[in-house]
Amino acid sequence: MKMLINVPETVVADALRGMAAAYPDLNVDVENRVIVRRDAPVAGQVGLVSGGGSGHEPLHGGFVGPGMLAAACPGEVFTSPVPDQMARAAAAVDSGAGVLFIVKNYTGDVLNFDMAAELAEDEGIQVGKVLVNDDVAVADSLYTAGRRGTGATVFVEKIAGAAAAEGQPLERVEAIGRQVNDSSRSFGVALGAVTTPAKGSPTFDLPPGELELGIGIHGEPGRERRPMMTSGEIADFTVHAILDDLAPRGPVLVLVNGMGATPLLELFGFNAEVQRVLSERGVAVARTLVGNYVTSLDMAGASVTLCQVDEELLRLWDAPVRTPALRWGM
Amino acid sequence: MLDADFFRRWITATAASVDREAQRLTALDSAIGDADHGSNLQRGFAAVLATLEKEAPDTPGAVLSLAGRQLISTVGGASGPLYGTLLRRAGKVLGDAPEVTEAQLAEALRAGVDGVKALGGAAPGDKTMLDALIPAVDALGEGFDAARRAAESGAVETTPMQARKGRASYLGERSIGHQDPGATSSALLIAALATAAEGGSDE
Repeated sequence: MKMLINVPETVVADALRGMAAAYPDLNVDVENRVIVRRDAPVAGQVGLVSGGGSGHEPLHGGFVGPGMLAAACPGEVFTSPVPDQMARAAAAVDSGAGVLFIVKNYTGDVLNFDMAAELAEDEGIQVGKVLVNDDVAVADSLYTAGRRGTGATVFVEKIAGAAAAEGQPLERVEAIGRQVNDSSRSFGVALGAVTTPAKGSPTFDLPPGELELGIGIHGEPGRERRPMMTSGEIADFTVHAILDDLAPRGPVLVLVNGMGATPLLELFGFNAEVQRVLSERGVAVARTLVGNYVTSLDMAGASVTLCQVDEELLRLWDAPVRTPALRWGM
Repeated sequence: MLDADFFRRWITATAASVDREAQRLTALDSAIGDADHGSNLQRGFAAVLATLEKEAPDTPGAVLSLAGRQLISTVGGASGPLYGTLLRRAGKVLGDAPEVTEAQLAEALRAGVDGVKALGGAAPGDKTMLDALIPAVDALGEGFDAARRAAESGAVETTPMQARKGRASYLGERSIGHQDPGATSSALLIAALATAAEGGSDE
Protein backbone atom coordinates (compact mmCIF):
# COMPACT_ATOMS: atom_id res chain seq x y z
CA MET A 1 0.00 0.00 0.00
CA LYS A 2 1.48 3.35 -1.02
CA MET A 3 1.32 6.14 1.57
CA LEU A 4 2.38 9.76 1.57
CA ILE A 5 4.71 9.34 4.54
CA ASN A 6 8.40 9.21 5.37
CA VAL A 7 8.51 6.21 7.73
CA PRO A 8 5.67 4.73 9.82
CA GLU A 9 7.45 5.58 13.09
CA THR A 10 7.20 9.34 12.56
CA VAL A 11 3.72 9.80 11.04
CA VAL A 12 2.22 11.38 14.16
CA ALA A 13 5.14 13.71 14.82
CA ASP A 14 5.31 14.69 11.14
CA ALA A 15 1.58 15.53 11.12
CA LEU A 16 1.95 17.62 14.27
CA ARG A 17 4.78 19.62 12.71
CA GLY A 18 2.55 20.22 9.71
CA MET A 19 -0.36 21.32 11.88
CA ALA A 20 1.90 23.71 13.74
CA ALA A 21 2.96 25.26 10.44
CA ALA A 22 -0.62 25.53 9.16
CA TYR A 23 -2.32 26.92 12.26
CA PRO A 24 -0.49 29.68 14.10
CA ASP A 25 -3.45 29.96 16.53
CA LEU A 26 -2.41 26.59 17.97
CA ASN A 27 0.50 25.89 20.24
CA VAL A 28 1.68 22.47 19.09
CA ASP A 29 4.13 20.67 21.37
CA VAL A 30 5.45 18.00 19.01
CA GLU A 31 7.69 16.29 21.54
CA ASN A 32 5.06 15.95 24.27
CA ARG A 33 2.15 15.58 21.84
CA VAL A 34 -0.16 18.23 23.16
CA ILE A 35 -2.05 20.75 21.02
CA VAL A 36 -3.22 23.80 22.98
CA ARG A 37 -5.01 26.95 21.87
CA ARG A 38 -2.43 29.69 21.97
CA ASP A 39 -4.35 31.97 24.35
CA ALA A 40 -4.85 29.25 27.02
CA PRO A 41 -5.61 29.35 29.86
CA VAL A 42 -8.59 31.64 29.29
CA ALA A 43 -9.61 33.37 32.51
CA GLY A 44 -12.92 32.20 33.94
CA GLN A 45 -13.40 29.43 31.37
CA VAL A 46 -13.48 25.69 31.88
CA GLY A 47 -10.83 24.11 29.66
CA LEU A 48 -12.02 21.22 27.49
CA VAL A 49 -9.38 18.54 26.94
CA SER A 50 -9.88 15.61 24.62
CA GLY A 51 -7.67 13.13 22.90
CA GLY A 52 -7.43 9.69 21.47
CA GLY A 53 -5.51 7.66 18.98
CA SER A 54 -4.32 9.40 15.83
CA GLY A 55 -5.87 8.46 12.50
CA HIS A 56 -9.25 10.16 13.09
CA GLU A 57 -8.27 13.62 11.87
CA PRO A 58 -9.52 16.30 12.09
CA LEU A 59 -10.59 14.81 15.47
CA HIS A 60 -9.30 15.98 17.99
CA GLY A 61 -6.55 18.48 17.15
CA GLY A 62 -8.63 20.07 14.42
CA PHE A 63 -11.24 21.03 17.00
CA VAL A 64 -8.92 23.05 19.23
CA GLY A 65 -9.77 26.75 19.38
CA PRO A 66 -12.21 29.32 20.74
CA GLY A 67 -15.67 27.81 21.23
CA MET A 68 -14.51 24.20 21.29
CA LEU A 69 -11.50 22.35 22.78
CA ALA A 70 -8.79 24.08 24.80
CA ALA A 71 -6.38 21.20 24.17
CA ALA A 72 -6.07 17.86 22.40
CA CYS A 73 -3.74 14.92 23.02
CA PRO A 74 -2.99 12.70 20.01
CA GLY A 75 -1.79 9.17 20.70
CA GLU A 76 -0.06 6.83 18.31
CA VAL A 77 -2.20 5.68 15.38
CA PHE A 78 -5.37 4.07 16.83
CA THR A 79 -3.76 3.98 20.29
CA SER A 80 -4.95 6.12 23.17
CA PRO A 81 -2.59 8.80 24.42
CA VAL A 82 -0.70 8.30 27.68
CA PRO A 83 -1.70 9.94 31.01
CA ASP A 84 1.29 12.31 30.97
CA GLN A 85 -0.12 14.03 27.87
CA MET A 86 -3.54 14.77 29.35
CA ALA A 87 -2.03 15.83 32.68
CA ARG A 88 0.23 18.26 30.82
CA ALA A 89 -2.72 19.54 28.77
CA ALA A 90 -4.83 20.01 31.90
CA ALA A 91 -2.08 22.06 33.54
CA ALA A 92 -1.77 24.20 30.40
CA VAL A 93 -5.46 25.06 30.07
CA ASP A 94 -6.67 25.26 33.68
CA SER A 95 -7.54 28.85 34.56
CA GLY A 96 -8.74 27.80 37.98
CA ALA A 97 -12.21 27.03 36.61
CA GLY A 98 -11.31 23.38 36.12
CA VAL A 99 -10.95 21.14 33.09
CA LEU A 100 -13.37 18.76 31.40
CA PHE A 101 -12.01 15.55 29.88
CA ILE A 102 -14.00 14.34 26.88
CA VAL A 103 -13.27 10.64 26.49
CA LYS A 104 -14.42 8.26 23.80
CA ASN A 105 -15.48 4.97 25.33
CA TYR A 106 -12.63 2.59 24.54
CA THR A 107 -10.87 0.63 27.26
CA GLY A 108 -7.51 2.27 26.61
CA ASP A 109 -8.83 5.83 26.45
CA VAL A 110 -10.82 5.37 29.66
CA LEU A 111 -7.87 3.91 31.60
CA ASN A 112 -5.39 6.55 30.45
CA PHE A 113 -7.75 9.49 31.03
CA ASP A 114 -8.62 8.15 34.51
CA MET A 115 -4.93 7.95 35.39
CA ALA A 116 -4.46 11.47 34.00
CA ALA A 117 -7.36 12.75 36.11
CA GLU A 118 -5.62 11.42 39.23
CA LEU A 119 -2.37 13.15 38.23
CA ALA A 120 -4.18 16.45 37.55
CA GLU A 121 -6.18 16.29 40.77
CA ASP A 122 -2.93 15.71 42.66
CA GLU A 123 -1.86 19.08 41.23
CA GLY A 124 -5.02 20.71 42.58
CA ILE A 125 -6.86 20.87 39.26
CA GLN A 126 -10.59 20.18 39.31
CA VAL A 127 -11.42 17.57 36.66
CA GLY A 128 -14.79 16.61 35.19
CA LYS A 129 -15.37 13.88 32.62
CA VAL A 130 -17.81 13.14 29.83
CA LEU A 131 -17.71 9.65 28.36
CA VAL A 132 -18.89 9.49 24.74
CA ASN A 133 -20.59 6.20 23.83
CA ASP A 134 -22.94 6.71 20.91
CA ASP A 135 -22.36 3.74 18.60
CA VAL A 136 -25.52 1.64 18.43
CA ALA A 137 -23.72 -1.09 16.47
CA VAL A 138 -22.29 -2.37 19.76
CA ALA A 139 -24.64 -4.15 22.11
CA ASP A 140 -24.19 -2.34 25.41
CA SER A 141 -24.05 -5.24 27.79
CA LEU A 142 -21.90 -7.07 30.29
CA TYR A 143 -20.42 -8.94 27.36
CA THR A 144 -18.75 -6.03 25.59
CA ALA A 145 -16.59 -3.07 26.51
CA GLY A 146 -19.75 -1.00 25.97
CA ARG A 147 -20.75 1.28 23.13
CA ARG A 148 -17.93 2.99 21.29
CA GLY A 149 -17.49 6.73 21.08
CA THR A 150 -17.70 7.95 17.48
CA GLY A 151 -19.43 10.83 15.67
CA ALA A 152 -21.19 12.26 18.73
CA THR A 153 -17.77 13.41 19.92
CA VAL A 154 -18.05 16.34 17.49
CA PHE A 155 -21.41 17.37 18.98
CA VAL A 156 -20.18 17.00 22.56
CA GLU A 157 -16.99 18.97 21.94
CA LYS A 158 -18.78 21.76 20.07
CA ILE A 159 -21.75 22.19 22.39
CA ALA A 160 -19.88 21.79 25.69
CA GLY A 161 -17.18 24.05 24.22
CA ALA A 162 -19.77 26.77 23.60
CA ALA A 163 -20.99 26.45 27.19
CA ALA A 164 -17.41 26.74 28.44
CA ALA A 165 -16.85 29.82 26.26
CA GLU A 166 -19.84 31.50 27.96
CA GLY A 167 -18.11 31.02 31.30
CA GLN A 168 -20.52 28.39 32.61
CA PRO A 169 -19.12 26.48 35.60
CA LEU A 170 -17.55 23.00 35.36
CA GLU A 171 -20.56 21.09 36.73
CA ARG A 172 -22.82 22.77 34.18
CA VAL A 173 -20.45 22.25 31.21
CA GLU A 174 -20.07 18.61 32.23
CA ALA A 175 -23.86 18.16 32.53
CA ILE A 176 -24.38 19.69 29.08
CA GLY A 177 -21.73 17.40 27.60
CA ARG A 178 -23.44 14.37 29.12
CA GLN A 179 -26.82 15.53 27.88
CA VAL A 180 -25.44 15.79 24.33
CA ASN A 181 -23.97 12.29 24.54
CA ASP A 182 -27.16 10.83 25.98
CA SER A 183 -29.13 12.45 23.15
CA SER A 184 -26.85 11.14 20.39
CA ARG A 185 -26.61 7.86 18.48
CA SER A 186 -24.38 6.77 15.58
CA PHE A 187 -24.01 3.92 13.11
CA GLY A 188 -21.25 3.39 10.55
CA VAL A 189 -20.57 1.29 7.46
CA ALA A 190 -17.35 0.42 5.64
CA LEU A 191 -16.95 -0.18 1.92
CA GLY A 192 -13.27 -0.97 2.30
CA ALA A 193 -10.86 -1.89 5.07
CA VAL A 194 -8.35 0.44 6.69
CA THR A 195 -4.56 0.26 6.37
CA THR A 196 -2.44 1.49 9.26
CA PRO A 197 1.04 2.85 8.48
CA ALA A 198 2.66 0.35 10.86
CA LYS A 199 1.04 -2.69 9.25
CA GLY A 200 1.02 -1.46 5.66
CA SER A 201 -1.73 -3.83 4.55
CA PRO A 202 -5.49 -3.82 5.23
CA THR A 203 -6.45 -4.80 8.81
CA PHE A 204 -9.34 -6.90 7.61
CA ASP A 205 -10.28 -8.51 4.38
CA LEU A 206 -13.39 -7.05 2.75
CA PRO A 207 -14.00 -8.66 -0.64
CA PRO A 208 -15.20 -6.57 -3.59
CA GLY A 209 -18.97 -6.57 -3.79
CA GLU A 210 -19.48 -6.63 -0.02
CA LEU A 211 -19.86 -4.04 2.71
CA GLU A 212 -19.43 -4.21 6.45
CA LEU A 213 -22.23 -2.87 8.66
CA GLY A 214 -21.67 -1.51 12.16
CA ILE A 215 -17.95 -0.83 11.90
CA GLY A 216 -15.86 1.08 14.40
CA ILE A 217 -13.28 3.73 13.61
CA HIS A 218 -10.14 1.63 14.18
CA GLY A 219 -10.37 -0.93 11.44
CA GLU A 220 -12.13 -3.30 13.77
CA PRO A 221 -14.54 -5.29 11.62
CA GLY A 222 -18.27 -4.77 12.08
CA ARG A 223 -20.94 -7.14 13.24
CA GLU A 224 -22.39 -8.08 9.88
CA ARG A 225 -21.33 -8.36 6.27
CA ARG A 226 -23.70 -8.09 3.30
CA PRO A 227 -23.62 -7.86 -0.48
CA MET A 228 -23.06 -4.25 -1.58
CA MET A 229 -26.09 -1.98 -1.21
CA THR A 230 -27.07 1.33 -2.82
CA SER A 231 -26.68 4.63 -1.02
CA GLY A 232 -30.45 4.69 -0.44
CA GLU A 233 -30.47 1.17 1.02
CA ILE A 234 -27.52 1.99 3.28
CA ALA A 235 -29.31 5.14 4.48
CA ASP A 236 -32.44 3.11 5.25
CA PHE A 237 -30.46 0.53 7.22
CA THR A 238 -28.35 3.10 9.06
CA VAL A 239 -31.09 5.54 10.06
CA HIS A 240 -33.42 2.71 11.10
CA ALA A 241 -30.66 1.22 13.27
CA ILE A 242 -30.30 4.57 15.02
CA LEU A 243 -34.02 5.26 15.38
CA ASP A 244 -34.54 1.77 16.84
CA ASP A 245 -32.52 3.10 19.76
CA LEU A 246 -33.41 6.80 19.87
CA ALA A 247 -36.94 8.10 19.44
CA PRO A 248 -36.39 11.85 19.02
CA ARG A 249 -39.09 14.00 20.57
CA GLY A 250 -37.70 17.11 18.90
CA PRO A 251 -35.50 18.18 16.02
CA VAL A 252 -32.08 16.60 15.50
CA LEU A 253 -28.61 17.61 14.47
CA VAL A 254 -27.38 15.34 11.66
CA LEU A 255 -23.74 14.46 11.04
CA VAL A 256 -23.07 12.59 7.82
CA ASN A 257 -19.44 11.73 8.35
CA GLY A 258 -16.91 10.39 5.88
CA MET A 259 -14.48 7.72 7.07
CA GLY A 260 -11.57 9.10 5.09
CA ALA A 261 -11.65 7.61 1.60
CA THR A 262 -15.20 8.37 0.49
CA PRO A 263 -15.51 11.43 -1.78
CA LEU A 264 -17.70 14.36 -0.75
CA LEU A 265 -19.73 13.79 -3.92
CA GLU A 266 -20.80 10.43 -2.50
CA LEU A 267 -21.27 11.84 1.02
CA PHE A 268 -23.65 14.54 -0.23
CA GLY A 269 -25.61 11.96 -2.20
CA PHE A 270 -25.75 9.79 0.90
CA ASN A 271 -26.94 12.79 2.94
CA ALA A 272 -29.84 13.26 0.50
CA GLU A 273 -30.89 9.66 1.22
CA VAL A 274 -30.43 10.11 4.99
CA GLN A 275 -32.66 13.20 4.91
CA ARG A 276 -35.25 11.25 2.89
CA VAL A 277 -35.40 8.49 5.49
CA LEU A 278 -35.59 10.99 8.36
CA SER A 279 -38.45 12.76 6.63
CA GLU A 280 -40.26 9.44 6.05
CA ARG A 281 -39.86 8.69 9.74
CA GLY A 282 -41.20 12.13 10.69
CA VAL A 283 -37.94 13.35 12.26
CA ALA A 284 -37.35 17.10 11.94
CA VAL A 285 -33.82 18.18 11.10
CA ALA A 286 -32.46 21.33 12.76
CA ARG A 287 -28.92 21.42 11.31
CA THR A 288 -26.82 19.15 9.09
CA LEU A 289 -23.06 18.76 8.84
CA VAL A 290 -21.56 16.77 5.95
CA GLY A 291 -17.85 16.00 5.68
CA ASN A 292 -14.85 14.17 7.09
CA TYR A 293 -14.86 14.85 10.84
CA VAL A 294 -14.21 11.54 12.62
CA THR A 295 -12.23 9.50 10.15
CA SER A 296 -10.51 6.14 10.16
CA LEU A 297 -7.37 6.74 8.08
CA ASP A 298 -8.08 5.55 4.53
CA MET A 299 -11.24 3.60 5.24
CA ALA A 300 -14.03 4.01 2.67
CA GLY A 301 -17.46 4.41 4.17
CA ALA A 302 -19.54 6.73 6.25
CA SER A 303 -21.32 7.09 9.56
CA VAL A 304 -24.47 8.90 10.55
CA THR A 305 -24.91 10.57 13.94
CA LEU A 306 -28.18 12.05 15.16
CA CYS A 307 -28.43 14.27 18.23
CA GLN A 308 -31.77 15.31 19.61
CA VAL A 309 -31.59 18.99 20.61
CA ASP A 310 -33.66 21.40 22.63
CA GLU A 311 -33.49 25.18 22.16
CA GLU A 312 -30.54 25.51 24.52
CA LEU A 313 -28.42 22.84 22.82
CA LEU A 314 -29.26 24.28 19.41
CA ARG A 315 -28.28 27.77 20.58
CA LEU A 316 -24.94 26.39 21.80
CA TRP A 317 -24.42 24.48 18.53
CA ASP A 318 -24.95 27.74 16.61
CA ALA A 319 -22.61 29.74 18.88
CA PRO A 320 -19.39 31.02 17.30
CA VAL A 321 -16.48 28.62 16.91
CA ARG A 322 -12.99 29.05 15.44
CA THR A 323 -10.98 25.87 14.99
CA PRO A 324 -9.12 24.40 12.00
CA ALA A 325 -11.99 22.03 11.13
CA LEU A 326 -15.13 23.79 12.40
CA ARG A 327 -15.45 27.52 12.02
CA TRP A 328 -18.43 29.85 11.97
CA GLY A 329 -19.72 33.08 13.46
CA MET A 330 -16.29 34.51 14.30
CA MET B 1 17.40 -15.39 46.23
CA LEU B 2 16.54 -12.99 43.42
CA ASP B 3 18.35 -9.66 43.25
CA ALA B 4 17.91 -6.51 41.17
CA ASP B 5 20.06 -8.03 38.47
CA PHE B 6 17.64 -10.95 38.10
CA PHE B 7 14.74 -8.52 37.63
CA ARG B 8 16.73 -6.51 35.10
CA ARG B 9 17.43 -9.73 33.18
CA TRP B 10 13.72 -10.58 33.34
CA ILE B 11 12.67 -7.26 31.81
CA THR B 12 15.47 -7.41 29.24
CA ALA B 13 14.45 -10.92 28.22
CA THR B 14 10.83 -9.78 27.93
CA ALA B 15 11.88 -6.89 25.70
CA ALA B 16 13.88 -9.28 23.51
CA SER B 17 11.00 -11.70 23.06
CA VAL B 18 8.53 -8.87 22.41
CA ASP B 19 10.91 -7.71 19.67
CA ARG B 20 11.13 -11.20 18.24
CA GLU B 21 7.37 -11.82 18.37
CA ALA B 22 6.16 -8.31 17.48
CA GLN B 23 4.95 -9.31 14.02
CA ARG B 24 3.02 -12.24 15.42
CA LEU B 25 1.41 -10.14 18.17
CA THR B 26 0.37 -7.57 15.59
CA ALA B 27 -1.01 -10.28 13.30
CA LEU B 28 -3.09 -11.72 16.17
CA ASP B 29 -4.28 -8.20 17.01
CA SER B 30 -5.26 -7.52 13.43
CA ALA B 31 -7.66 -10.48 13.50
CA ILE B 32 -9.66 -9.23 16.49
CA GLY B 33 -8.27 -5.80 17.37
CA ASP B 34 -6.52 -2.97 15.62
CA ALA B 35 -3.18 -4.41 14.57
CA ASP B 36 -0.81 -2.56 16.85
CA HIS B 37 -0.17 -4.72 19.92
CA GLY B 38 3.32 -5.76 18.79
CA SER B 39 4.51 -2.29 17.85
CA ASN B 40 3.04 -0.69 20.99
CA LEU B 41 4.78 -3.13 23.34
CA GLN B 42 8.00 -2.86 21.36
CA ARG B 43 7.99 0.89 21.80
CA GLY B 44 7.18 0.54 25.51
CA PHE B 45 9.83 -2.04 26.37
CA ALA B 46 12.49 -0.18 24.38
CA ALA B 47 11.74 2.86 26.54
CA VAL B 48 11.85 0.70 29.67
CA LEU B 49 15.31 -0.65 28.81
CA ALA B 50 16.58 2.86 28.19
CA THR B 51 15.29 4.14 31.52
CA LEU B 52 16.60 1.09 33.45
CA GLU B 53 19.99 1.79 31.93
CA LYS B 54 19.85 5.46 32.83
CA GLU B 55 18.44 5.29 36.35
CA ALA B 56 20.02 1.97 37.39
CA PRO B 57 17.53 1.06 40.14
CA ASP B 58 19.21 -1.19 42.70
CA THR B 59 16.39 -3.22 44.26
CA PRO B 60 13.88 -5.67 42.72
CA GLY B 61 10.98 -3.42 43.76
CA ALA B 62 12.58 -0.36 42.21
CA VAL B 63 13.22 -2.17 38.90
CA LEU B 64 9.57 -3.21 38.59
CA SER B 65 8.14 0.13 39.72
CA LEU B 66 10.30 2.04 37.26
CA ALA B 67 9.48 -0.37 34.41
CA GLY B 68 5.76 -0.09 35.17
CA ARG B 69 5.82 3.69 35.28
CA GLN B 70 7.66 3.85 31.98
CA LEU B 71 5.17 1.48 30.29
CA ILE B 72 2.29 3.70 31.44
CA SER B 73 4.08 6.76 30.07
CA THR B 74 4.93 5.32 26.65
CA VAL B 75 2.60 2.53 25.52
CA GLY B 76 -0.88 4.05 25.55
CA GLY B 77 -3.92 1.99 24.67
CA ALA B 78 -5.19 -0.43 27.28
CA SER B 79 -1.97 -2.42 27.46
CA GLY B 80 0.08 0.51 28.80
CA PRO B 81 -1.97 1.03 31.97
CA LEU B 82 -2.58 -2.71 32.42
CA TYR B 83 1.02 -3.92 32.06
CA GLY B 84 2.21 -0.83 33.90
CA THR B 85 -0.10 -1.54 36.81
CA LEU B 86 0.94 -5.21 36.88
CA LEU B 87 4.61 -4.31 37.33
CA ARG B 88 4.12 -1.26 39.55
CA ARG B 89 1.85 -3.10 41.94
CA ALA B 90 4.26 -6.03 42.11
CA GLY B 91 7.14 -3.62 42.67
CA LYS B 92 5.28 -1.95 45.50
CA VAL B 93 4.76 -5.29 47.27
CA LEU B 94 8.49 -6.07 47.00
CA GLY B 95 9.29 -2.77 48.69
CA ASP B 96 12.97 -1.91 49.02
CA ALA B 97 14.35 -5.35 49.91
CA PRO B 98 17.71 -5.88 48.15
CA GLU B 99 16.85 -9.55 47.48
CA VAL B 100 13.57 -11.46 47.45
CA THR B 101 12.60 -15.14 47.44
CA GLU B 102 10.69 -16.87 44.65
CA ALA B 103 7.72 -17.06 47.01
CA GLN B 104 7.84 -13.31 47.54
CA LEU B 105 7.96 -12.79 43.78
CA ALA B 106 4.91 -15.03 43.40
CA GLU B 107 3.05 -13.07 46.06
CA ALA B 108 4.01 -9.76 44.41
CA LEU B 109 2.88 -10.95 40.98
CA ARG B 110 -0.42 -12.09 42.45
CA ALA B 111 -0.94 -8.57 43.81
CA GLY B 112 -0.04 -7.22 40.37
CA VAL B 113 -2.57 -9.49 38.70
CA ASP B 114 -5.21 -8.36 41.22
CA GLY B 115 -4.38 -4.80 40.19
CA VAL B 116 -4.94 -5.70 36.53
CA LYS B 117 -8.28 -7.31 37.42
CA ALA B 118 -9.42 -4.26 39.34
CA LEU B 119 -8.35 -1.80 36.66
CA GLY B 120 -9.64 -3.64 33.60
CA GLY B 121 -12.64 -5.24 35.25
CA ALA B 122 -12.10 -8.53 33.40
CA ALA B 123 -12.69 -12.02 34.78
CA PRO B 124 -11.06 -15.34 33.81
CA GLY B 125 -12.56 -16.58 30.54
CA ASP B 126 -13.10 -13.09 29.10
CA LYS B 127 -10.28 -13.68 26.58
CA THR B 128 -7.77 -11.26 28.06
CA MET B 129 -4.22 -11.23 29.44
CA LEU B 130 -5.66 -12.57 32.71
CA ASP B 131 -6.26 -15.94 31.04
CA ALA B 132 -2.49 -16.38 30.79
CA LEU B 133 -1.47 -14.52 33.96
CA ILE B 134 -3.76 -16.20 36.49
CA PRO B 135 -2.73 -19.81 35.69
CA ALA B 136 0.90 -18.67 35.57
CA VAL B 137 0.76 -17.12 39.03
CA ASP B 138 -1.03 -20.21 40.33
CA ALA B 139 1.79 -22.39 38.97
CA LEU B 140 4.67 -20.22 40.18
CA GLY B 141 4.98 -22.29 43.36
CA GLU B 142 6.19 -25.16 41.16
CA GLY B 143 8.89 -23.06 39.53
CA PHE B 144 9.39 -20.71 36.61
CA ASP B 145 9.15 -23.46 33.98
CA ALA B 146 5.78 -24.58 35.30
CA ALA B 147 4.60 -20.96 35.23
CA ARG B 148 5.81 -20.59 31.64
CA ARG B 149 3.93 -23.72 30.56
CA ALA B 150 0.77 -22.60 32.38
CA ALA B 151 0.90 -19.16 30.75
CA GLU B 152 1.49 -20.60 27.30
CA SER B 153 -1.41 -23.04 27.53
CA GLY B 154 -3.56 -20.31 29.09
CA ALA B 155 -2.88 -18.15 26.04
CA VAL B 156 -3.68 -20.99 23.61
CA GLU B 157 -6.90 -21.71 25.50
CA THR B 158 -8.19 -18.20 24.74
CA THR B 159 -8.72 -19.26 21.11
CA PRO B 160 -12.23 -20.73 21.53
CA MET B 161 -13.32 -18.00 23.97
CA GLN B 162 -15.63 -15.12 23.07
CA ALA B 163 -14.09 -11.78 24.05
CA ARG B 164 -15.97 -9.80 26.67
CA LYS B 165 -13.50 -6.98 27.29
CA GLY B 166 -11.51 -4.59 25.16
CA ARG B 167 -11.80 -3.98 21.45
CA ALA B 168 -12.23 -7.65 20.54
CA SER B 169 -15.53 -7.66 22.44
CA TYR B 170 -17.14 -5.55 19.67
CA LEU B 171 -16.87 -8.59 17.42
CA GLY B 172 -19.12 -10.73 19.57
CA GLU B 173 -19.04 -14.30 18.30
CA ARG B 174 -16.63 -13.34 15.54
CA SER B 175 -13.89 -13.12 18.17
CA ILE B 176 -14.08 -16.90 18.62
CA GLY B 177 -11.30 -18.88 16.92
CA HIS B 178 -8.52 -16.33 17.41
CA GLN B 179 -5.86 -16.41 20.12
CA ASP B 180 -5.90 -13.30 22.28
CA PRO B 181 -2.90 -11.02 21.64
CA GLY B 182 -2.83 -9.76 25.25
CA ALA B 183 -2.75 -13.29 26.67
CA THR B 184 -0.01 -14.09 24.15
CA SER B 185 2.20 -11.19 25.22
CA SER B 186 1.52 -12.04 28.87
CA ALA B 187 2.88 -15.52 28.18
CA LEU B 188 6.05 -13.91 26.79
CA LEU B 189 6.46 -11.92 30.01
CA ILE B 190 6.12 -15.08 32.12
CA ALA B 191 8.38 -17.15 29.85
CA ALA B 192 11.06 -14.49 30.28
CA LEU B 193 11.17 -15.32 34.01
CA ALA B 194 12.48 -18.77 33.11
CA THR B 195 15.04 -17.21 30.77
CA ALA B 196 16.21 -14.85 33.52
CA ALA B 197 16.46 -17.74 35.97
CA GLU B 198 18.74 -19.57 33.53
CA GLY B 199 21.01 -16.55 33.78
CA GLY B 200 20.28 -15.19 30.34
CA SER B 201 18.44 -12.18 29.07
CA ASP B 202 18.01 -13.57 25.57
CA GLU B 203 19.69 -10.61 23.89
